[in-house]
Amino acid sequence: MRSEYNSSKFDFVKSSKKFFIISIVVTVIGIVSLAIHGLNYGIDFQSGTSVDVTLSKAVDKETTEQFLKTQELGEHTLTTAPNRLTIRFKEALDDVQEKAFRANFSAQIDDQAEYEVNIVDADIAVEQQRNALIGMLVACLGIVIYMSIRFEWRFGLAAVIGLAHDAFIVISIFSIFQWQVNLPFIVAVLTIIGYSVNDTVVIFDRIRENMRFAKLKTPADVVLLVNRSVWQTLTRSINTVVTVLAGAICLFIFGSESIRLFSLAMVIGLFVGAYSSIFISSPLWLIFRGDSVPKRRAKAAS
Amino acid sequence: MLVGRRIPDAPSGGSTRNPSYSDKLTSFWARRYNRNIEDGKGSATRMKRLLAFVLVVVVMFAVMGVTTPGLLDKTKLGLDLKGGFEILYEAQPIVEGGTITRDALRQTAKSLEKRANQNGVGEPEVTPEGKTRIRVKIAGVADEGKLRDLMKRPANLEFRSADGCASATDYCKVELRGDEFVENAAKVEFDTLHNPLVAIKVKDKAKLAEISTRLVQKRLAIMLDGELITDPVVQVPLTDGSAVIEGQETVEKANNLRDIINLGALPLKLTEKYTQSVGATLGQKSLEETALAGAIASVLILVFMLAFYRAPGFIAVICMIIYVWMLLGVFWLMGATLTLPGIAAFILGIGIAVDANIITDERIKEELRSGKTLNSALRSGSKNSLRTIIDAHVTTAIAGVVLFYMGQGSVKGFAVVLIWSIVINIVTNVIFTRILLHMLVQSGHFAKPWYFGVRESDIRAL
Repeated sequence: MRSEYNSSKFDFVKSSKKFFIISIVVTVIGIVSLAIHGLNYGIDFQSGTSVDVTLSKAVDKETTEQFLKTQELGEHTLTTAPNRLTIRFKEALDDVQEKAFRANFSAQIDDQAEYEVNIVDADIAVEQQRNALIGMLVACLGIVIYMSIRFEWRFGLAAVIGLAHDAFIVISIFSIFQWQVNLPFIVAVLTIIGYSVNDTVVIFDRIRENMRFAKLKTPADVVLLVNRSVWQTLTRSINTVVTVLAGAICLFIFGSESIRLFSLAMVIGLFVGAYSSIFISSPLWLIFRGDSVPKRRAKAAS
Repeated sequence: MLVGRRIPDAPSGGSTRNPSYSDKLTSFWARRYNRNIEDGKGSATRMKRLLAFVLVVVVMFAVMGVTTPGLLDKTKLGLDLKGGFEILYEAQPIVEGGTITRDALRQTAKSLEKRANQNGVGEPEVTPEGKTRIRVKIAGVADEGKLRDLMKRPANLEFRSADGCASATDYCKVELRGDEFVENAAKVEFDTLHNPLVAIKVKDKAKLAEISTRLVQKRLAIMLDGELITDPVVQVPLTDGSAVIEGQETVEKANNLRDIINLGALPLKLTEKYTQSVGATLGQKSLEETALAGAIASVLILVFMLAFYRAPGFIAVICMIIYVWMLLGVFWLMGATLTLPGIAAFILGIGIAVDANIITDERIKEELRSGKTLNSALRSGSKNSLRTIIDAHVTTAIAGVVLFYMGQGSVKGFAVVLIWSIVINIVTNVIFTRILLHMLVQSGHFAKPWYFGVRESDIRAL
């Protein structure tokens, strides 16, 4: 692939309006969905009990429902998959109830059953939710500060809008499809933020480097510079996202059930992250910069 | 791959093709070769350099081959990969209105660990968290229910004597219970010879007077959860409700005894706030599935690197294998436990490693295309890409560090692996890659642009 930009190639700056519109539309859909459905909080953020049972034989839903009724453990929802049951109790069971449940299930339905049980108390759930949110904000802040020191504030701002965009789109998609949000999801979003910034830094680094040598006389020169920078780093952007995506997709397909949603969030996030660094962050920087043609920025990169 | 239209390569204005580049390149090496011949070394030197490269690689792989099975064997698996449970306890004083001291919490954690150990559980992880919480992680346990009952029992402190028992060391008679001591009154003091001793106070003076009078010159055993801590001899009758326990070998032991008695006086009640429990075969299955996913992903990535970047890709492959090995080594050195989120971070770390290599190799390609010689392309490519890589690594590390400090449980586990991946990445995929690449190029055996994934037709004149 020839990486040098010329007028016959795709103009990222000129097309940026289209991508801004796409992103804004998706964001609005996300806001609407979050306002209507909210997120489907999993056990980590909502108190209660979740029991995953891996069965050694086929058990029909009816039998399980009957069994659950006799246990009298309060409100519950039951989802079934082949050889797997997930029961979510609204109440946080205490250890005596939990033990009794397991013993009874093994005795009455499947003596080879394997259990994965999560019980979360109400105040821990609230605390984890708060910690997750604070963690994300602090991480973002740290990244902006670092970018502002290493580059300049406009780069930092553009990068943060890019990463907020990525995190928000992943959260929106999880809200639209009502996929469950647990602690690993937060981990995924944070990793996505890390990767997205990573991607953006590589492009911004190139813009900064090109600016050292460029003679910028007209606004068109700056546009050209951004296009050139994006094109020069394009092979890298694509190759990296392809390899890392390959890893995440492998985790999604072959990995264990308990990290499936984590991997799914990663796959979506990586894709969105690569998209936003190219189509959102770089043109945004150009907008923040305005049309001004600067005095030579001799020390821009030092 | 791209979104949008891409017009097929038209003859571009910016770059002129220069068919003579490869001639120039070969002539560069030819000149050097000739010079070497004149110097009387020539191909022998080049051969030596190549051999040195091969030797370094072979030795690295031999070391890895020998140590990896041991490392894999010693890697501790978390409860989600092996089965087991994790519980977050909230501690409350059993007595109304009591406060929890840091020492009491630490002592409770210690006694929980001891209880788990006594039940044959290998390496339980018990850590006090914040002011009132204790997190217990136990992997690979046979009877979970029984162990959980055991853990929840409050600390049981007793002073016992052998009065009326079968033998002088069979302490069967309970003389004092933990709650008969004054709360937080046990203190470490020093005698005139500066030996540490522990001073205690009981609530009921008369009772202590009676016991100590009866037991003069006999032993009084201090037992926690039925385990003998120490059994000093009663020297004189104690009438004022206080006593000192001598014979403490070290200050540390005295501190420990003080904490035990204070905890016994104010035992903590533990409530389960968060529980995660995973069946053993379920954990095993998760491990197998995730390991398989990791293996497939790794192979795909390695093949891609080889196909796309050739010689530097080959070096990237070597360095990424070393990276995995070093990460396992760090796990072993730290005694860390590998959990499912840890494996996820591990695989993401491989992604970051690939990125570091791609940035470097892509940059070298670019420099080659701009018409530089291999040597200077390598030098400027390595230098220019370094800044980008470090910036990228630091930003990811910031996220990792924040996760480490703010997160708990599985999030923390993820963060530890992520941070270590970044550190090891810089060693292997930044520093070591450059050394190996330099050695390979110096040997002169891979001088053609093809080895770097560059088409000769893409090379412009300088």
